Amino acid sequence: MKSAVIVFPGSNCNRDLQVALRDVSGQEPAMIWHRETALPEGLDLIAVPGGFSYGDYLRSGAMAARSPVMRAVKDAAHKGVSVLGICNGFQILTEAGMLPGALMRNANLSFVCRDVDLKVENSQSAFTSRYEAGEEIVIPVAHHDGNYTADEETLDRLEGEGRVAFRYNCAVNGSKRNIAGILNEAGNVLGMMPHPERMIERAHGRTDGRRLFEGLLEALG
Amino acid sequence: MKVRVFVTLKNGVLDPQGKAIHHALEGLGFSGVNDVRQGKVIELDVADSVSDADIEGMCTKLLANTVIENFRIERLAA
Repeated sequence: MKSAVIVFPGSNCNRDLQVALRDVSGQEPAMIWHRETALPEGLDLIAVPGGFSYGDYLRSGAMAARSPVMRAVKDAAHKGVSVLGICNGFQILTEAGMLPGALMRNANLSFVCRDVDLKVENSQSAFTSRYEAGEEIVIPVAHHDGNYTADEETLDRLEGEGRVAFRYNCAVNGSKRNIAGILNEAGNVLGMMPHPERMIERAHGRTDGRRLFEGLLEALG
Repeated sequence: MKVRVFVTLKNGVLDPQGKAIHHALEGLGFSGVNDVRQGKVIELDVADSVSDADIEGMCTKLLANTVIENFRIERLAA
């Protein structure tokens, strides 16, 4: 699995993702600075990390979504390359129009930083194939703007098409229908607020996030 | 030329920050406030050659997230 991690000024989970991808796949991911306009040839996976890209000025992820490198990421996604956006990465993918909806300020206005119970809703994607549908897992969240919103029609379509990948077991941030992660129509782009890269080895307490990367390795080679 | 862009949340989109401001106003003893919605004002100084369509493009492409926000453009006399 040939992977790349996009690095924006203000990203702070890029190294965690790098370690997770290296550890699981045995291959060193390419670290791609935001000013790059082209990505390495033959990528299987692009990871957009958490953090506070460009200081999250204007709106979370708004600036990063319009950066040069994101044009290349969009093109790659259209060609079928898998794209994983975590936390700020999820915000960037919605701002870039690669996923529907938007992530607003948490309903209770507090930054939420803790382990949360998630339900795996769809185990058919490359990202979730190592989980059972309906399985409950624990993955940490750390965000201020994770309150997923979209109009009812979009939410119904996401549910109907099996594009809700993960759901919080209880209200965490005010997200509509407790949505924690969604897939694009083609199924090759996943955005999620929780951080699977922070739960990949025993020293992290649990390894529930590791299977996401193992599933990707299995699907993408 | 100065241009002001007002960015506001669409009707029906919950505004947790507006709610918090509302509570704070009530806490200060101001009564009769029915609702509070928070938005942004962005001031641009643009060349006279910049058209309305250009400014609208700036709004839809960056200044507002039209999934959740509306915008209104106001040109100010120089």
